[in-house]
Amino acid sequence: MKIVVCVKYVPDATADRKFNADNTVDRVGVQGMLSELDEYAVEEALKIRDGDESGDAQVVVLTMGPADARAAILKSLQMGADSGVHIVDDAIHGSDSVGSSLLLAKAVERQGADIVLCGMASTDGSMSVIPAMLAERLGVPQVTFASEVTVDGNTVRVRRDGDAATEVIEASTPLVLSVTDQSNEPRYPSFKGIMAAKKKPVEEITLADLGVAAGDVGLEAAWTKVEAYAERPPRSAGAIVTDEDGTGANQLVEFLAAQKFV
Amino acid sequence: MNFVLSPEHEAFRASVREFAEAEIAPHATEWDRKHHFPVDVVRKMGALGLFGLAAPEEFGGAGEDGDFTSLCVAIEEIGRVDQSMGITLEAAVGLGINPILTYGTDEQKQTWLPDLVAGSALAGFGLTEPGAGSDAGATATKAELVDGQWRINGSKQFITNSGSDITSLVTVTARTGQREDGRAEVSTLIIPSGTAGFVVEPAYDKLGWHASDTHPLTFTDVLVPESNLLGARGRGFAQFLAILDDGRVAIAALAVGCIQACLDLSVQYAGERTTFKVPIGAKQGVAFQIADLQVMAEAARVLTYKAAALKDAGRPMAEFKQAAAIAKLYATEAAVTATRIATQVFGGYGFMEEYPVARFYRDAKVLEIGEGTSEVQRMLIARGLGLPVE
Repeated sequence: MKIVVCVKYVPDATADRKFNADNTVDRVGVQGMLSELDEYAVEEALKIRDGDESGDAQVVVLTMGPADARAAILKSLQMGADSGVHIVDDAIHGSDSVGSSLLLAKAVERQGADIVLCGMASTDGSMSVIPAMLAERLGVPQVTFASEVTVDGNTVRVRRDGDAATEVIEASTPLVLSVTDQSNEPRYPSFKGIMAAKKKPVEEITLADLGVAAGDVGLEAAWTKVEAYAERPPRSAGAIVTDEDGTGANQLVEFLAAQKFV
Repeated sequence: MNFVLSPEHEAFRASVREFAEAEIAPHATEWDRKHHFPVDVVRKMGALGLFGLAAPEEFGGAGEDGDFTSLCVAIEEIGRVDQSMGITLEAAVGLGINPILTYGTDEQKQTWLPDLVAGSALAGFGLTEPGAGSDAGATATKAELVDGQWRINGSKQFITNSGSDITSLVTVTARTGQREDGRAEVSTLIIPSGTAGFVVEPAYDKLGWHASDTHPLTFTDVLVPESNLLGARGRGFAQFLAILDDGRVAIAALAVGCIQACLDLSVQYAGERTTFKVPIGAKQGVAFQIADLQVMAEAARVLTYKAAALKDAGRPMAEFKQAAAIAKLYATEAAVTATRIATQVFGGYGFMEEYPVARFYRDAKVLEIGEGTSEVQRMLIARGLGLPVE
């Protein structure tokens, strides 16, 4: 069984975010990391691999992005994944979800995969559309937002926790699966894992390797575009309710209602 | 000359820090207040491989990949959020696993090490007695060989990890006879938890390290098989001294974590807390003290990791011993000074238990005492210089 985990290298949310002149996120000049939500996907893949009785299951980590994005693969390998594929090409810059899903789908086809695993969303773009787009492009079932995953042969059963109900869905491989931050507890890389990762193979591939034309991806081909952005306004002092005559609670409720919190 | 850790050690530092911030830091204040020893967290530390950094692969350790430096990184980072869990790790490896790994027979290693390395069991090392600390020759606990069994009588005190729910054994030093020169013959014995006559007394009421498991132990006609002798008969004292050199560097790493915590907490607080309409960090009286904290952290770290590097490089024992004593002496005394500075930066809040600096203030003092006092370190350093110090 081969499991391909799509992971994203995102700017560290605790650091200041910057934008380039073309309104794209600066992914080169800022401290980046493996998207935290993708750690759940890596962990789920490792669990599926380790529970596979054939013993020949393997986990391949796939990412796209500038040279620094290799760090997202490295962290996944340190957690225990077996190998990595890094799509790195200047033409990728500015790709939106449509372009990204095209590249990822081509790379998955090139690898061959029984299960394609994704996080529930990226922590920077937060669109959650890549798993669905990938499934469409690959022509396989999509099972998204799984909070619990059970693999039995080529049947994958998942639990999806919705606001109103919990669904149990079953699909057969090959498929695209995305997992939530409730699905597992991602492991921390051990020293042994960190040392082992040094020896694991990471393949770098370009658009040419995937048979994708430069004009089909990148900023120019994007269906969506960031027109403008603004810095987050500075935190204001807020409103303080002093309860002098017993109406404080009412004032609080009115405030919350006015802000549409209740 | 190389003053930077390898990229792998740095990646490991990031991983342990993430673990410590998520799994330990949010609970440290409560564990301290309740004197609670979190066994589940010990198991998680085991899953992360922290107890096996210097153990062979056949027992579940990191094997060739591991080294003493990585253990120091782990102790520093755990100690940076909670000194109690830092000493738990330090003692589990240095005093629990190391004696068995170094002196145990194949059978003793197979019996005890896998669980200890996995963090599903802990071991204590019983040397200190009411009347004998570093003066191991004054050991009063006695062991006699009777019908193929050791019969042990006596007591030990201040024994870390000796009475937790997952403690599987303690190794204890005991008089096993008299040497030809008339001095006591001291040997080391393995006593499994639960052996009849082995009583773990109630935990101490300590100034600090409240979440660490520390007990007095008493032994009344405790019987263990003759094969429970650890290492050579009559070598108990020498074995213990060799173990302690590693322990000194590990305690220094714990002290580095303490200083770094003081620094990080002080930098944050001095930037947030305002008096007279400016952050207190704008006051030279405060800022300069915090600058001193970074100097202490860096100096202590360099001494500690130099000693660790000497061990990993297999340098001569005398060179390592001297470096270990220097690191332990400087780092632990700096840690006590650092906690005094940090609580001063926090002002009145530094005296309140809801702020971690108060906990670090209480925890730091024992660093100057445990595994050889500052006085013992100075004595060792002076002797290493060839001085005829008593």
